[in-house]
Amino acid sequence: MTKLLEWVGVALALAAAWALVALDALDAGVPRALREVAWPLPLYLLVAFGCYSLATVGYRVATFNDCDDAAEELRAQIGEAREDLTRKGLKW
Amino acid sequence: MAGGTSTRSRRGDGEKYSVLLPTYNERENLPLIVWLLVKYFGESGYDYEIIVIDDGSPDGTLEIAEQLQKIYGEDKILLRPRAKKLGLGTAYIHGIKHATGNFIFIMDADLSHHPKFIPEFIEKQKKGNYDLVSGTRYQGNGGVYGWDLRRKLISRGANFVTQVLLRPGASDLTGSFRLYKKKVLEGLIERCVSKGYVFQMEMIVRARQLNYSIGEVPISFVDRVYGESKLGGNEIVSFLKGLLTLFATT
Repeated sequence: MTKLLEWVGVALALAAAWALVALDALDAGVPRALREVAWPLPLYLLVAFGCYSLATVGYRVATFNDCDDAAEELRAQIGEAREDLTRKGLKW
Repeated sequence: MAGGTSTRSRRGDGEKYSVLLPTYNERENLPLIVWLLVKYFGESGYDYEIIVIDDGSPDGTLEIAEQLQKIYGEDKILLRPRAKKLGLGTAYIHGIKHATGNFIFIMDADLSHHPKFIPEFIEKQKKGNYDLVSGTRYQGNGGVYGWDLRRKLISRGANFVTQVLLRPGASDLTGSFRLYKKKVLEGLIERCVSKGYVFQMEMIVRARQLNYSIGEVPISFVDRVYGESKLGGNEIVSFLKGLLTLFATT
């Protein structure tokens, strides 16, 4: 099963659950209080997920390691390599 | 000039590592990356070979590769040039055909991937008998050098979206510093159709799909010391297209 189908499947299941409760789709006598809580729930979830995404990406950008030492080490090694290769007869 | 390895005992575990280096206009970088590879393989004592796949570079990359072959020997440096630029996937296929190792390293020849991590890849692979070990910029001590805020934001954002949509079970999908069992790489390449950034992503997504085990090693990514790297609107659009294709087909 492709990822797309997985997503569609989960979305349909959630939509059905929501319709059962918020719209009382089967006339099962869902209490009014519960219906009122369930009605805006998808929007809340969407907003919560958006906040989570922004926070996660923001945190990861802020904590993205800058490898200054690695660049410094590489620069030094490039010098060393050039010298050694020239000594071994490499014509650049 | 055996790199001073004659005094050091070889690790007699029968493993051999073939490093595939696809090049295009890397005359400046190729001698340096080869020197570093020889240094770290020599120090760690693993058996290896370096396969240079040059796609008809006009800057004389092949000529300098021939010089390197004379310096380090034809058993260590193999040249498998092609007439013109034909893409990364086919370069790997071409290289694998000539590889005598049972493990394959793929990495960039532009010095953004440092060979000092190679022993860590190998140890990691041995520890878990992983089918593939992927270098990651996003975990542990991994990181990048030479990226501004915009570049970091795009990278992290694209990675997050990809993780959410594909749940690939690996943290760095577009990285291209990886160690594969030869058989695994052969099987994967056959199945992969994408180009560019997406190719690396497809490789790891398909690996997960085929239930291959994936290990990860934090690496530092030093963005091109020579030459320039680009990340324009075109790259982003083709990345998104590739992502959606994988989303719908895997």
